[in-house]
Amino acid sequence: MREDPFELLRRMTRARVALGRAGDGLPTAAKLEFQMAHALARDAVWGKVNFDGIAEALAPRDVIEVTSAAPDRASYLRRPDLGRRLAAGEASKLPSGPFDVVFVIADGLSADAVESHAAGLVIATVARLAGLSIGPIVLASQARVALGDDVGATMRARLVAVLIGERPGLSAADSLGVYLTLHPAPGLRDSARNCISNIHGHGLSADRAADKLAWLVREALRLGVTGIGLKEAAPDAALETTASPTPIIHHKPTGARDHE
Amino acid sequence: MTGAFRARHRGETHVFEDLRTLLACASPRRSGDELAGIAADSAARRVAARMALADVPLRRFLDEPLIPYETDEVTRLIIDSHDAAAFAPVASLTVGELREWLMAWDADAERLAALAPGLTPEMVAAVSKLCGNGDLITIAAKCRVVTRFRSTIGLHGRLSSRLQPNDPTDDPQAIAAGTLDGLLFGMGDAVIGINPATDNVEACIHLLTMLDELRLTFEVPTQSCVLSHVTTSIQAIERGAPLDLVFQSIAGTEAANAGFGVTLALLAEAQEAALSLKRGTIGSNVMYFETGQGAALSADAHHGLDQQTVEARAYAVARAFSPLLVNTVVGFIGPEYLYDAKEIIRAGLEDHFCAKLLGVPMGCDVCYTNHAEADQDDMDDLALLLAAANVNFLIAVPGADDIMLNYQSLSHHDVMRLRHLLGRRPAPEFEAWLARMGLLDDSGRVPPLPDSAPAVARLIGQGARA
Repeated sequence: MREDPFELLRRMTRARVALGRAGDGLPTAAKLEFQMAHALARDAVWGKVNFDGIAEALAPRDVIEVTSAAPDRASYLRRPDLGRRLAAGEASKLPSGPFDVVFVIADGLSADAVESHAAGLVIATVARLAGLSIGPIVLASQARVALGDDVGATMRARLVAVLIGERPGLSAADSLGVYLTLHPAPGLRDSARNCISNIHGHGLSADRAADKLAWLVREALRLGVTGIGLKEAAPDAALETTASPTPIIHHKPTGARDHE
Repeated sequence: MTGAFRARHRGETHVFEDLRTLLACASPRRSGDELAGIAADSAARRVAARMALADVPLRRFLDEPLIPYETDEVTRLIIDSHDAAAFAPVASLTVGELREWLMAWDADAERLAALAPGLTPEMVAAVSKLCGNGDLITIAAKCRVVTRFRSTIGLHGRLSSRLQPNDPTDDPQAIAAGTLDGLLFGMGDAVIGINPATDNVEACIHLLTMLDELRLTFEVPTQSCVLSHVTTSIQAIERGAPLDLVFQSIAGTEAANAGFGVTLALLAEAQEAALSLKRGTIGSNVMYFETGQGAALSADAHHGLDQQTVEARAYAVARAFSPLLVNTVVGFIGPEYLYDAKEIIRAGLEDHFCAKLLGVPMGCDVCYTNHAEADQDDMDDLALLLAAANVNFLIAVPGADDIMLNYQSLSHHDVMRLRHLLGRRPAPEFEAWLARMGLLDDSGRVPPLPDSAPAVARLIGQGARA
């Protein structure tokens, strides 16, 4: 039997090929499927993380809730600078440490990602870090990656790991990223961080992400470096730094950095 | 020539301390200018700025560079390449008078083309701020900028497209599938262009070779491009890769271009290298540039200029290298620069208008990210407006969903629909190819084809094997 050529195209890629036509438009089902994918992404961006549920999942571990200087989601989207620092008075909620590792669970751009994967990843990672002092887990609203620098400095953390909702795509609205930074302090460059991205149901599993994160934590403490220096020492090429080793910026970079 | 600008209205005097403040305050409201802290702080002040701007003589933009000549090579390019003879017809006008000159019926394609070398980015940015969206469309629609490599782009009555079959792993099979899907809709007459997931010279050569084989298999009269950094393309050329177009992202200041890792000298070197291959059959426009409002601010290299004015300066960079294609990636940058559909649509029309007035072959990636306040309906709107403005080309991806860059653009359906709706046709060489392939009906439209159609069997059967 002759193979359907459009079916062949579909098998070759995850892209939306061979969708069919209704005149010059999409068939209705394809049109609505696209709208649903976008709706899920929008809900993830505008959703509010249920941090109470995350605190429950993390119990009996201590948690501390903080908010960034961005008062609401609209301000958060318009003013990245506000999402990178704590609101006035929030630092006083944080103990002054010192700690080997502080975990920050930040909403970022996907409430869905944080609710689905963050608590499990923290628990799995902590289980792999016996012998290290771990600070209370910080739950941060309207937060970008660099908020971890403010938090980590206040808590005198040797390392801060920020778990954050990545900008949703149409194929995955619940993708979580982790950014690890040694000696966190406000004003650090992104090249000083290591990133594990694409943690979601069809991407990197929480267990595998915990393996990578625990390895990075121990190596960062042993070598005294995060960022490009640590990447070069890593045996696993899949470990990424947030900055390219060469000073090249693309006009259409991958979207993963939008929440920084 | 310094001194503050003033506008009086109902007894209130608005003062703008210098030209860059005046331009920033005259800009339609957008998040990027607010993020930079340079936007007008009230709606009335915004219009007052436009009133003051309308009275500014065009000559002032030549006498008073917004970024110093001594410290910025883009300013030097703009000033040194200014054509006084071309400028002569409007040399005595103010910004407000230039708007009316451009709107007048006798400012036709020929006159606008002759004027282009006499205009500077700052002049066109200024006049755009006095134009409504309808004005931007009306004036831009009169401009014609035609370029050639293997196809002719920008002719009257034509709407071309970049086929963008990106894949997160640069998988050749997946890229071939996206390409074939697009060809079946008549996409790809401007370029088949891939944003590579990995920017190194081996990956670049691999993709270039694959695209070239696909093009040769079907003898498609178009060009391909792998959107790597310009230095990667130069290396690929040195290693004998079949490279048609050199791509680079560019911006409107020397410092912002440094952030992209380029200088004007490096772009010239790349253009020379691409020209040396002599791969164009009907023309030698070998460069492809992307731009977008907010790029300079995000690199902290905007020198206090509003994002639209500094964007227009990128077109002076582009036109110095006779590009085949330039497009703004208007909604890609995110809501901190263009917050919602209203801002994205306005910016898309401004970018197209400014580029066309400067003689740049402008296209557009009509697009948005999922954290912007926009959806596919807004892209339908902007695409229709740009098509009415005679945009040179639009970017199309399978199902409007770019699975590598995680954003939404137009679909193959969308661009084909615009052609059918507005009676626009593909580039003539490509149109003839579509006809040869059996992909056009008697009225010149691309009909839906059953899977049993010979063209489908041939394209997919052969293409998937390639």
